[in-house]
Amino acid sequence: MLDAALFSLFAFIAIACGIVMVTQKHPIASALSLIGVMGSLAILYLLLGAAFIAAAQLIVYAGAIMVLFLFVIMLLNAGQEPPARRTSLLAKLLGIPLLIVLTGALSFVVMLAFGHGTVVKFGTGTPGSAEDVGRALFTTYLLPFEITSVLVLIAILGAVVLARKEMD
Amino acid sequence: MNFFLLSLLKLGLVAFVFLTALAYLQWIERKVIAHVQVRVGPNRVGPHGLLQPLVDTIKLLTKEDLVPSYVNRFFYLLAPVLSVSTALVSIAVIPFGPEIEIFGIRTYMQLTDLNIGVLVLLAASGLGVYGVALAGWSSNNKYALLGGLRASAQMISYELPLALAIATPLLLYNTLSLRGIVEAQQGYFFGFLARWGVFSLFGLLFIAFIIFLICAFAETNRIPFDLPEAENELVAGFHTEYSSMKFAAFFMAEYANMVNICCLATHLFLGGWLPPFPAAYGSQYIPALVFAAGGALCLFHGTVNLYRARDKYTLPAFGVVFLLIAGLHLAPPLMPVLVPLFWFLAKTGFLLFVYIWVRATLPRFRYDQLMHFAWGWMFPVSIVNLFAVGLLVALFF
Repeated sequence: MLDAALFSLFAFIAIACGIVMVTQKHPIASALSLIGVMGSLAILYLLLGAAFIAAAQLIVYAGAIMVLFLFVIMLLNAGQEPPARRTSLLAKLLGIPLLIVLTGALSFVVMLAFGHGTVVKFGTGTPGSAEDVGRALFTTYLLPFEITSVLVLIAILGAVVLARKEMD
Repeated sequence: MNFFLLSLLKLGLVAFVFLTALAYLQWIERKVIAHVQVRVGPNRVGPHGLLQPLVDTIKLLTKEDLVPSYVNRFFYLLAPVLSVSTALVSIAVIPFGPEIEIFGIRTYMQLTDLNIGVLVLLAASGLGVYGVALAGWSSNNKYALLGGLRASAQMISYELPLALAIATPLLLYNTLSLRGIVEAQQGYFFGFLARWGVFSLFGLLFIAFIIFLICAFAETNRIPFDLPEAENELVAGFHTEYSSMKFAAFFMAEYANMVNICCLATHLFLGGWLPPFPAAYGSQYIPALVFAAGGALCLFHGTVNLYRARDKYTLPAFGVVFLLIAGLHLAPPLMPVLVPLFWFLAKTGFLLFVYIWVRATLPRFRYDQLMHFAWGWMFPVSIVNLFAVGLLVALFF
């Protein structure tokens, strides 16, 4: 009962923060809503018993990555965006019904594909403990893990090389 | 007694003691710095200025709560709340002692033991940056903005070596729960040298301890890394535009972060509440001895060897209180509670004293030195240290 209530609460907060993130005019407000999304996702992981993944979500995404986002926004001093131009009537007339159709179709497909699975019980077992994650990363998924880290390294080096002008 | 009531009781106790300690930490800091600089420090309100924190709180509470015009109101008000709540939440996972039994109730001297206690502390300190960064940005003030930018850049940079320094002893302890970490440090080398983190693995963990301490100074924005609020460059840095309780919230967050990180250092490297040498050599009588010596000193200077006339009543009073505390540490039913608590508080208190000592001693870094120190020295050293410890653990354990 309590877990269902908590799930609904934080799922609602996550979705609300996501909508606010897209609709907000100010970049800082958008970044903060994204932090709200990530924080609520962390709590959803926690409800599933995956404490380590929840903490990693908070530390890496909400803590480290979003601070960088915020830092860049503050450094560039990006202000409020000018209000968007009037959207055309056609876009509203076609867009909103199409959006509803798309959402309906997606949920129908999801229900067909996963509708017969068992209901997840909250708080049973610890599927995402530190030991499990570590073992999975260093046995089954060792190659993808290493390749990802090399890719990230290449991306960082590329960014540095591109950003460096002919100064020296 | 049921779990809910007991938790509520512990929560009230910890919250009261923690908040009072934060207020008095500031008094201690002012006193220690004053004595380092051959001054007297606060001594007007109450004996030895002991009521100073109380009047400071009243002053901050009754001060006009000013919101400057042209600030971004929502974020301006959110920032101190964010800052102080992330700082205060960490105390919930920190254990103060082992499992104890009072009046037949068995409980842990800890609010909650999580399997990921260390990570919770890291996450809370990582989220604490937002309070400072948002305060700087929303104040609409160039000094505050510079302070906020400096804070976020500095805390990201120093969080990396900090996390590596935390990971190093965890290789040895094999757990992320703070209570488990302390229990892993039980026992003695050669029968007398405590098996604490700093003494393990041929001193390699001592290097991690030093790295941790340096990064802890940077994480909590304390001198010599207090660039975000450098007074002579940025007025007051990120909290320039804050007054009254909103300013007090930032202040409280800074001290709470200090206490939390010192508790974490105590648990990771200094054996938590474990005594430095075995009980067979009488380590459980040290607390009583320390307090008795303090009480005797107070009594001696308050009666026989009186410096100042106004100490005639206060020092003997303190002496009697200290002697009473010494007696409590000898009472058999209280010993299993008070003696571990004493060791824990003594180690944490010593680390806090080091914080204040460093503040009174060292000048501030320049900004480029700060960044070069983090990326050019701390980061490589902590990585090499992590690899060395990992190799030793893989070979010998």
